[in-house]
Amino acid sequence: MQEVIKHVACPYCGSCCDDLEVTIDDGKIVEVKNACIIGNEIYHHASREGRVGSPRRRQPDGTYKDITYDEAIDFTAKMLIKAKKPLIFGFGSTNCEGMAAAGRVAEDAGAVLDNCASICHGSSFLAIFDTGYPSCTLGEVKNRADVVIYWGSNPAHAHPRHMSRYGVFPRGFFTGKGARGRKVIVVDPRYTDTARCANHFLQVQQGHDYELFDAFRMVMHGYAADVPAVVAGVSKEKILEACDIIKAGRYVHIFFGMGLCHSDGRNHNVDIAINLVRDINEYTKCTIMAMRGHYNIAGPGVVWAWQFGFPYCIDLSKGSVAHMNPGETSSVDLANRGEVDAFINIGTDAGAHFPIRAFEKLGGSGIPMVTIDPSVNMAATVSDVHIPVAIVGVETGGICYRMDNVPIQYRAVIKPYNGILTDEQLFDKIYERMQELKAAGVESDGKWDYATPLADVRPVKEVYE
Amino acid sequence: MTEYIIKNGCVIDPTQGIKGQKMDICIKDGKIVDKVSKSAKVIDATGKTVMAGGVDIHSHVAGPKVDAGRLFRPEDKLFKSPNRKSNLRMEMGYSVPSVSKTGYDYARLGYGFVMEAAMPPLEAAHVHEEIRDTPIIDEAAMPVVGNNWFLLEYFKNHEIENAGAYASWILNATRGYALKCVNPGGTEAWGWGLNCITIHDKVPYFDITPAEIVKGLIETNEYLKLPHSLHLHSNNLGNPGNYTTTLDTLKLIEGYKPNNDFGREQVLHHTHLQFHCYGGDSFKSSSFESKSKEVMDYVNKQKNLTIDTGNVTLDETTTMTADGPFEYHLTHLNHLKWTNVDIELETAAGIVPFIYDPKTYIAGAQWAIGLEISLFAKDKERCFITTDHPNAGPFWRYPRIYKWLLSAKARNDLIDNGLKYGDKVRDTTYIGELSDKEISLYELAQMTRSGVAKSLGLSNLYGSLKTGMNANVAVYDIDPENLPSDPEQYETAFGNVFAFFKDGVLCIEDHEIVNYSMPKKTVWVNSIVPENKQVERDIRDKFLHSYTVDLENYAVQEEHVHNPYAIKVDITE
Amino acid sequence: MNTVTITMVKQPQLFLEADLVTPDQFAGKSIEAIGAIDISEGKIKYPLASFAKIEGASGATAAETKIVLNGDWTRVKRVGQKMTAGEIIINSNVDMYTGGWMIGGKITVNGNADSFTGIAMAGGELTINGNCLNHVGSAYRGDWRGMTGGVLRVTGNVGNDIGTFMRGGTIIVGGDAFIHVHTHGEGGTIIVKGNVEGRVGGQSVKGDVFVNGKIDFMMPGYKYVDDVEKEVDGVKAVYAHYIGDLGERHPTSKGVQIFTNLYLKK
Repeated sequence: MQEVIKHVACPYCGSCCDDLEVTIDDGKIVEVKNACIIGNEIYHHASREGRVGSPRRRQPDGTYKDITYDEAIDFTAKMLIKAKKPLIFGFGSTNCEGMAAAGRVAEDAGAVLDNCASICHGSSFLAIFDTGYPSCTLGEVKNRADVVIYWGSNPAHAHPRHMSRYGVFPRGFFTGKGARGRKVIVVDPRYTDTARCANHFLQVQQGHDYELFDAFRMVMHGYAADVPAVVAGVSKEKILEACDIIKAGRYVHIFFGMGLCHSDGRNHNVDIAINLVRDINEYTKCTIMAMRGHYNIAGPGVVWAWQFGFPYCIDLSKGSVAHMNPGETSSVDLANRGEVDAFINIGTDAGAHFPIRAFEKLGGSGIPMVTIDPSVNMAATVSDVHIPVAIVGVETGGICYRMDNVPIQYRAVIKPYNGILTDEQLFDKIYERMQELKAAGVESDGKWDYATPLADVRPVKEVYE
Repeated sequence: MTEYIIKNGCVIDPTQGIKGQKMDICIKDGKIVDKVSKSAKVIDATGKTVMAGGVDIHSHVAGPKVDAGRLFRPEDKLFKSPNRKSNLRMEMGYSVPSVSKTGYDYARLGYGFVMEAAMPPLEAAHVHEEIRDTPIIDEAAMPVVGNNWFLLEYFKNHEIENAGAYASWILNATRGYALKCVNPGGTEAWGWGLNCITIHDKVPYFDITPAEIVKGLIETNEYLKLPHSLHLHSNNLGNPGNYTTTLDTLKLIEGYKPNNDFGREQVLHHTHLQFHCYGGDSFKSSSFESKSKEVMDYVNKQKNLTIDTGNVTLDETTTMTADGPFEYHLTHLNHLKWTNVDIELETAAGIVPFIYDPKTYIAGAQWAIGLEISLFAKDKERCFITTDHPNAGPFWRYPRIYKWLLSAKARNDLIDNGLKYGDKVRDTTYIGELSDKEISLYELAQMTRSGVAKSLGLSNLYGSLKTGMNANVAVYDIDPENLPSDPEQYETAFGNVFAFFKDGVLCIEDHEIVNYSMPKKTVWVNSIVPENKQVERDIRDKFLHSYTVDLENYAVQEEHVHNPYAIKVDITE
Repeated sequence: MNTVTITMVKQPQLFLEADLVTPDQFAGKSIEAIGAIDISEGKIKYPLASFAKIEGASGATAAETKIVLNGDWTRVKRVGQKMTAGEIIINSNVDMYTGGWMIGGKITVNGNADSFTGIAMAGGELTINGNCLNHVGSAYRGDWRGMTGGVLRVTGNVGNDIGTFMRGGTIIVGGDAFIHVHTHGEGGTIIVKGNVEGRVGGQSVKGDVFVNGKIDFMMPGYKYVDDVEKEVDGVKAVYAHYIGDLGERHPTSKGVQIFTNLYLKK
């Protein structure tokens, strides 16, 4: 019996398209409509052969053996208690309920709690801390914006439906002419596929967006005459032309991405972009938005801000107060400096996305490591324990925050494969097990014994009775 | 369940006219009862004041702009957060506290109910997530509707039934409690970088005035027979000379009568009035002046109006409001960081840190105006103490405001020794004229309990110690028969409740939180109206063409609302 | 002045937080009491004496207390945090936040220091006879109130974010800097005797920046005004004087706009 589930929100990118239609047949996904190629794949992946149906424990010979959830939970709980400074990183692909449950675990464990923003839009957070964030929801861009700028961002590849749903093509309430009523400017060191959809392209010299923003700001402050002939590889003529378009606009919006976040200066690039937006508001309405990558990477920022006051890089090890200072409490820095002694990789793949020198200090380095993820990703291949969880948006619902921080209520379309737990259930069980272990005398002593023979992988009851 | 007896305290309960009489309060199975058995646990309240749990009518504690305020202010946490107590969750933040700190601190003030002041309908799920994670206090939230495209169009043609059908749908979809209006029309104008300063300025494109919006909302509110009235933040907030806009706005209520079954007598609640009582044409002492008397003269005359104060506490705090254009203006005054979120079809928010420095003239004047409002108010059942938290100051400063109202000595002392320009403040405000005035503990209870509950239409749930009420009870270290000579004791006592019961569960004992896991409710209004095909069509149309989420995903799903307590209001009956 | 000499004898597995190693905390305490002071490694607190040998005596007040740190303090953070008076000499490399939020007194590091050295410094003298990493004399994340006073001297090289959100005081760098000098500055003086790759005075509102070496990438918002002779850290030289950042807001005083001054040695 086929069933079509409509209004499904997609668990891929920060666009959070919620108009998907998923066809289910006998508990399996057979078709997905309206999703981009990547969103489409996520759904089909869930029903393919090869899903991980049980937690697994790495054996001394490097192979993995299935264990029960109780054993995996026991390992993780014990690891968190014993470590002097455990790190829990990821949350690119979980729901907010899972993030809230993890927050409670991290606080109890005195862990550092961090998410993918640390290697992505963390630069944007730093800029927002320093200078604020004049932004809007995506519908404001759709309905009002007649000048749209993609700066250091390539949605054609990273957010495939972004331009059609929000930025370039939609006919909104005040933008009935769609793309023909909009001027689109792309600023990028490369002529990207997104640039192909633009009316104007500024090819900025990589690593020098900061100077280019300064030139734009000089024009806004009335110093156009003092702008040098070429700034960051862009001619003064093109700069002035772009400024004219901006000033003549009725509503200007800037989308930005990794081009600003991860070229030299990082947060300062985003900071000066935001200050340009402030300057433009003296002429005409202007807003800016970070192109958050994952469908709920805004989630941990939002959830942990209400739980701890900080969106990422949260050091809870002091126990008395939460402490945040990226550069010190950020995962890559903690790894590089050898400042943590246990690691949980959840809803992400630090093995693929951390600098290799940093990841070497985490995976297979002598500190215990757990990966929580539906798939066998690179981090899982060097973890001591790998725990599968339900895929959010496919096998479990929950609230996820779109790139503009609008909460979207996600749905489950099929049941979790093989009855695997959700992140929320898993973290709640880890918390309960931590209380049991602490009551049984397990202490934080920083000692971790790897020499656990095969025979010791037994159900929890046996080990601690 | 456990029985308690709060023995021998001086009870102050305006709902029963009890003015400090020594009596016992009995609690059983979560309710106030007439008597309990001998096995009841005794809380000795000898020499102490016993009041119903406090009720906060307007505070920004849960939701997207509060969270944006937390997120962009790491420095609000650094060296400003208390150390975690071993049996509690971590407490972080000074002006924009984390949700745990919010719940604990309200309990420490003896408050059992807090109204989240502004919920953007599109982001209602966020508000509900934070309500879930905030311990102890019952909460409700007010969807903001004063710049909503549907309503702007309906009010243009005075289509009150359509407006009612839509507003009803919004209350249900967002699990909201009341209709909130912020900077009517001006926040939609802000979508283009513009504003509406007077009640007659037209909103771009929609071609409607704030006056028409406010009147339309009052009529809609009464048509729906809602427990609370329209809750309004009028135009021109924070600008010198704005008192004329305020009076123009308040006068819009004339001719309207309240229509509800909840005991509510007002047709309008104007919030944080302090920000709206400014005279002069600049913030300089040579020009600025208080117009609180002029405004309160009108408020005192009108029986169908309630207000809350918005007191300035003289702290470094964070301003956050749906008055987007005001925040843009503020960031240009103090050059500090500015966050803004315009929300499609609905509203906006702006956030800017702000320091009310007692070494400046203007902070002193604003502080004075906030206190004048309470001191001028003739009917304390219609005037409530707030700080528009965190805009004029953090909510946990309420006890300091009580101190300044209960003790003329403390107030005058601050003017003489705490304000750098105390003389100029006296010259340009009415605070000197009021130098002898003090409120009583009874009046304090009206302004923080009974009057508030009545204005909200929640008199049967909060603000009273009548038999049968849910047992939210606060015991303070103040002896009404032996009032403290040192006014600091008011601040200490009201800021650290001796004992606090929430729904009959002992939450605070001997000044310490002993239990924060008792159930808490999300109170909301389930509004039922006649079927309206036009509005249904309009909703489908706007979602198809203008919103960026599907209609079927908009309403908050049941599983995301924490422990809902629905108050059904059916106008079809 | 009394001196407490602390010799690190045991290295931590991770890093240590030593925010209580200050003259203010030591003043009036016996050697035993100083040994009992908390030093934490992650979530575990240890007494200072479990990592170090402590000798000498403290003074009655912070101003009369000198602390000498010997052995290897490379993995120790927050030494000297918030101190108001007295002196600390560190004969080692040291980790982050050295002299953080200090109000007075004197710290000398005979080695390299890590990032966040002198964060939000308000007064006193902080000298690093070596290199520093990033965020030297800068503000804490989100705080528009950065360094407000004192003298922060680094004899070697520094990384990025030198004096971010600076309001007062002086930073002197003997060697090179990477990028972002005096970003968002609203006062104070920064002297870099070596080279800077770029972004000097970006978004700077007010203040003075001297660069004796080269700047590879000048901010477009800086405009040449004239040549001037200046005495910088005791040495007179001729500098090309620029004002800017023309892309930023600037206050006016007596009707005249005040810019940040950037002086490039000729």
